[in-house]
Amino acid sequence: MSQHKDGEAQHGVAYNPNNGLEAFLSGLWEQNPVFVQVLGMCPTLAITNTVRNCIAMGLATMFVLVCSNTLVSMIRKLVPKQVRIATYILVIATAVTVVDYLVKAISVPIYQALGPFIPLIVANCIVLGRAEAFAARNPVGAAALDGAGVGIGFTFGLSCIGAIREVLGAGTLLGFSVFGPNFQPWVLFQLPPGGFFTLAIWLASMTAWKRRRQNRLVLAAQASEVRV
Amino acid sequence: MNNESLSFILIDSLLLHNFVLSVFLGMCSFIGISGKRATAVRLSLAVTFVITMSSILCYFTNRLLVQSGTEYLRIILYIVIIAAMVQLTEMFIKKTNPSLFRQLGIFLPLITTNCAVLAVPLFQTSRGYSLLQSVVFAVGASGGYTLAMYLMSEARERLELSDLPDLSRGAVATLTIAGILSLAFMGFSGMGGE
Repeated sequence: MSQHKDGEAQHGVAYNPNNGLEAFLSGLWEQNPVFVQVLGMCPTLAITNTVRNCIAMGLATMFVLVCSNTLVSMIRKLVPKQVRIATYILVIATAVTVVDYLVKAISVPIYQALGPFIPLIVANCIVLGRAEAFAARNPVGAAALDGAGVGIGFTFGLSCIGAIREVLGAGTLLGFSVFGPNFQPWVLFQLPPGGFFTLAIWLASMTAWKRRRQNRLVLAAQASEVRV
Repeated sequence: MNNESLSFILIDSLLLHNFVLSVFLGMCSFIGISGKRATAVRLSLAVTFVITMSSILCYFTNRLLVQSGTEYLRIILYIVIIAAMVQLTEMFIKKTNPSLFRQLGIFLPLITTNCAVLAVPLFQTSRGYSLLQSVVFAVGASGGYTLAMYLMSEARERLELSDLPDLSRGAVATLTIAGILSLAFMGFSGMGGE
């Protein structure tokens, strides 16, 4: 984990923390699936037009992540190496089927709003990535914690995008009016192009923020050297 | 049953509801592989083949599932069919064109987790398309995917040489172009009539 400390973000699916707690925390922020790894783009762009949808989608994905990570970790010593990806996909598809029926049972309006994107969690690279990179090599408890961390990080990332799109595009936040009745909504942000632009703005500001932090660290290091 | 005409389904999936630019499917490969035109177009052709074949197979599988009352197996069986089709394509390309196989590399097996591929059978099932409608839908959707990949790779090849601000390189530039393309595709809405 030493690379993380100097503010360099590691890109890619294959980060592999040492224990469950570390995995949980790095999934939340350091390796946030939306902002740092830029994975699982389809739901990130498609259903983020309201914050309510984002939270529902994030929780559904988190459920699948925890289930599939736990199961994959349980069977990790039984599965031959050649067929492991196929086995993981079957485990994930089973978890997704469960969550598909669960969401339909809990709330029909949310199920209709998310549409095909609940069954499409099967094809979300975050889930398969975590199964292959972490759950297949770690004990059950750590794998479940990792799933929860990445899931919460994903929910957080979705909600950040959803908040901007809902406030600008509809003038509401979680259904409550923000600007009062005279607000003229900026409809573009509710439409598909708004999704692309919002994510682009978020990514650019994350990079800018990281660079500033890094520059400040470098300056501080130089200053302390001069003083010595 | 659904009584949309075949030409409407084709235009709708190709332009009006383009899979990549207005339904947001297959984003990972769209952002990941659209850097070079030749690779992007060849990968899109492989995706087209997988989508069309799995659409036909999934149509028959769904009829079997409905007859035996086991619809809860749908997602699992669809993904198995897609994985098998991807494996077949991989073997076929490896045998007939080894250099293309090496060029596509890891992205070929990753077609399995391309959500555009899984979405076609899911959509055709929920809309109740007939076999012919499903095939037209699959061709239209994968044509839309190929079109978006082609446009994107053209734009990105040109951007390579231009002087972009440092912050907006990489994913940010790709997403911004995608947003502009998506705006352009919104111009098609209303075509075909309500």
